Amino acid sequence: MTHKTIAATIVAGVIAAAGTVQAQSLGGQTVEYTIPFSESGGSGQWANFYAPRLSQALPGNPTVVVRYRPGAGSTEGANWFQTQQDKGDGLTIFGDSGSTKFPYLLGDPRVRYEYADWKPILASATGGVVYLPPDLGARFDGDMDDLKDEVYLYGSQGATTLDLVPLLAFKMLGLQVDPVFGVDGRGGGRLMFERGEANIDYQTSSAYIANVQPLVDGGQAVPIFTWGALDEAGNIVRDPTFPDLPSFKEVCEATAVCETEGTAWDAYKAFFVAGFANQKTIFLPASASQEMVDTYTEALRAITTADGFMDEAGEVLGVYPQLIGAAAVEATRQATAITPEAKQYVLDWLKEDYGITMD
Amino acid sequence: MDTLAQALPSLGQAFVMIFQPMQLLYLIGGVLLGLSIGVLPGLGGIAGLALLLPFLYGMEPVSGLALMIGLIAVIPTSDTFSSVLMGIPGSSASQATVLDGFPLSKQGHAARALSAAFASSLAGGLFGAVVLTFFILIARPLILAFGLPEMLMITILGLSMVAILAGRVPLKGVVAAGLGVMVGTIGAAPAGGSLRMSTYDMPYLVDGFQLVIVGLGIYAIPEIVSLLRQDRAISEGGNLGDGWVQGVRDWWTHKWLSMRCATIGVLVGVIPGLGGSVVDWLAYGSAVQTAKDRSQFGQGDIRGVIAPESSNNAKEGGGLVPTLIFGIPGSGSMAIFLGGLALLNMTPGPQMVRNNLDVTYTIVWSLALANVFGAGLCIILSKYIARMTTIRFTVIAPYLFMIIAFAAFQSRQSALDLAALVGIGILGVLLRRFDFSRPAFLIGFVLSTQTEIFVNQAYQIAGARFRRSFEAGWDYLLSPITVGLLVLTVVSVVVGIRAAKHIRENIDAPTGTKTAPAIFLGVVVAYLAVSCLDAWGVGRVQDKIFPLTIGLVTLAGGLILVARMLRKPAGDDVFIDLECGPEGQAPHGLWSTLGWFVALVVMTFALGLFLALTIFLLAFFRLRGRFGWGRTILASGLGLGFISGLAAVLGRDLPPGYLQTLIELPWPLT
Repeated sequence: MTHKTIAATIVAGVIAAAGTVQAQSLGGQTVEYTIPFSESGGSGQWANFYAPRLSQALPGNPTVVVRYRPGAGSTEGANWFQTQQDKGDGLTIFGDSGSTKFPYLLGDPRVRYEYADWKPILASATGGVVYLPPDLGARFDGDMDDLKDEVYLYGSQGATTLDLVPLLAFKMLGLQVDPVFGVDGRGGGRLMFERGEANIDYQTSSAYIANVQPLVDGGQAVPIFTWGALDEAGNIVRDPTFPDLPSFKEVCEATAVCETEGTAWDAYKAFFVAGFANQKTIFLPASASQEMVDTYTEALRAITTADGFMDEAGEVLGVYPQLIGAAAVEATRQATAITPEAKQYVLDWLKEDYGITMD
Repeated sequence: MDTLAQALPSLGQAFVMIFQPMQLLYLIGGVLLGLSIGVLPGLGGIAGLALLLPFLYGMEPVSGLALMIGLIAVIPTSDTFSSVLMGIPGSSASQATVLDGFPLSKQGHAARALSAAFASSLAGGLFGAVVLTFFILIARPLILAFGLPEMLMITILGLSMVAILAGRVPLKGVVAAGLGVMVGTIGAAPAGGSLRMSTYDMPYLVDGFQLVIVGLGIYAIPEIVSLLRQDRAISEGGNLGDGWVQGVRDWWTHKWLSMRCATIGVLVGVIPGLGGSVVDWLAYGSAVQTAKDRSQFGQGDIRGVIAPESSNNAKEGGGLVPTLIFGIPGSGSMAIFLGGLALLNMTPGPQMVRNNLDVTYTIVWSLALANVFGAGLCIILSKYIARMTTIRFTVIAPYLFMIIAFAAFQSRQSALDLAALVGIGILGVLLRRFDFSRPAFLIGFVLSTQTEIFVNQAYQIAGARFRRSFEAGWDYLLSPITVGLLVLTVVSVVVGIRAAKHIRENIDAPTGTKTAPAIFLGVVVAYLAVSCLDAWGVGRVQDKIFPLTIGLVTLAGGLILVARMLRKPAGDDVFIDLECGPEGQAPHGLWSTLGWFVALVVMTFALGLFLALTIFLLAFFRLRGRFGWGRTILASGLGLGFISGLAAVLGRDLPPGYLQTLIELPWPLT
């Protein structure tokens, strides 16, 4: 044993001892909460929602700062986090989004990160509502059989973004949808719908409530279904925010051409979970000790069960479960796993319909 | 009348809500922060708002709004300082201010240019606030009338400004603009994500170049290098001439121009998706086109300062309209503003305007008050800050370069940001040297992505309409608005070409040997040829058609220039080379001056920015500044302290280098 390793062992021992005595206090230190996006976007909003709450709930009230590492559709930041796996002291945490999980699922060559290494501590869900113009909406009767002869235009951010879920859903329902690519955010798609240029659209729940509900009340849009939510057994059920609207699964069952089993359905479900049911996840690096994971889990439990949390979260995150502990681990496993057949199915579809390949 | 009856009581309530000592304090806090951030070149609304976000959580909505609006409102006011004093656009919305503002300050009229700019900013800002008051209730149908064909036409109207700014040889301006568009297409295509002139092996290129870096590279580096070579003060006489009273008087003389440009600013701001980067060019173009005497534009015409500055403040008021009633951000800073609203538990959209009109109207008051405070402060300070132009530039330059490097690094937080900055800076230096219009290049770059997206989308939607019926297709494309804009574009090009003769970035047109200009043009043509080939190889038609078309047109322009070079003698305008004029006689060489910056970037890759800056500042002040050791250490220490302080406040690391991958170092060396 060299002097260096002896010293290291002693230091490690002291730290470990201090850890057990002090219950992982992070007092006086700074937790860096990195997201692979810029300040302007949903993930920035999400991270800035949790950062001050984490600071209050973690033992010792450390400062929690949000760091932004945007680039290459969020893969750059995630690749960076992969290189930080030895920083398990609780001062480095990472928050991803559906657009970080999709390239991983699709086998994008830029991906050098491995979700199986990371330790999920919180999984945030969201949902979305699909709506039509009033003339088409009037013809909706629970299935899409009467609506499949129409030609649809859909303002899309790109086929490999979160829009993969709606595009795949439309295809499964047998709709002829021409995506108009390059739209700037879902808001751009909504504006295109309001201008009458697009005639099918979806919005995530909070944007739907703020901006589409007034259109619905004014008779300018008709909601037809939601993506749904996952129940505890992992089944797709109605979205708790919109209990009166059918889920995609119900509409798919009622529509003649749509199947709720088989490769297409497996593919849809994998991307639905990664893109909505567990859209955003907070991770600790691989080397984080079980104590550190527990410390964070307790802090997050205190945050999510606090009085009024759901009201405050509702404004920013929508009324959706914020999973912690074992539930977060299971949700992340589901959101980052796909069968080889389902993956191939999506790759073939992207290539055939949109000419998009992954190399 | 309904609107008025709805608006006035809420406006009154909002007035009571904002005129509380606490709220005013927050507002002034926002204004002061905005002023400080705006003064630094390259840092604008995004950096400022990002700084505020952590503090907004749990704040009372009216206070939080006052803080954010105070900051947003004064950035287009205070960013004028760097545009006018140093020829570096303070933010993308004041690029056009440089054209006339910087020559004015070189002539010793910095205070006059600044106060005219601030008076215009104030007028524009107040105009924007008034428009916001009523527009927010009635703008919905107007915004929805602007579909993709209409937006495409506005973008093309923006591109037509190239005609005015093309310079002495119009074809050179066209080639510069085309090159700008082509640089804008580098990376993943907006429609299908196909890669153009980039590979996944270089992830940095896949996202394309950021506007901050291109703006700083094209303007800041050439100006810094050129001023450094002279080794004297910016103001050529070294004194300050007529002061700030004259500037305010100038604004009063041209108040109608100011109002017209404010209207342009509001309109462009109101239409979501256009972004603010084009507004100053449109205003500048309109000022030139309607002027009787155009001979002074580009060489210090005060109208060239008043026009863009009136429009860019008005744009903020306009930009808030779609942000608040549709929840759609028109720009990067508006996107963060939306995030801030969410932290204040406010969700923008029709409901907010309907149900919380009084709170919404505190935004109007905050905007108006912030403009008054901001412009007032700036006008008072302008006399003092303008003195900066009388300081020997060699003392200022290293600090400037340090701030610019830091600002560039904010865009992606990769050391490659610095390499991109210097790389584009070298292009900027050469464009300037060989009299290719830099504004034209920048307009091309700024509008590149938008034009491509609008062309593709409008084509696709028009196609769907045409399949339904022939009339439906034409109805969609040829709305009265598109036709009107088309006419305006044609007029703008015709008038522009006539006006272009007078607007010159460089007054002299020295020529020398044929070799240097020919080599530069050759490299440009080769790059265009390669990028055309690259575009040809793109599989998806949607991703290939735009770069291929623009590339071929620009390539053709380049080849015609080559032909002209072959035919004409060395004295022709096509061979302009500033190195053969007075510039070439400067005490320091072009390449040796540029070498300092290249060395800084190379050292950053090796040692990280902090250590590299330490060496750079010490060496620069000692060798180039000829300071004694005491002053060298003091000056370097000041710079390093400032940059670490800025990084700490903004919560950023400085770029690491190879050394940092080997050993762990304490902050700020990381």
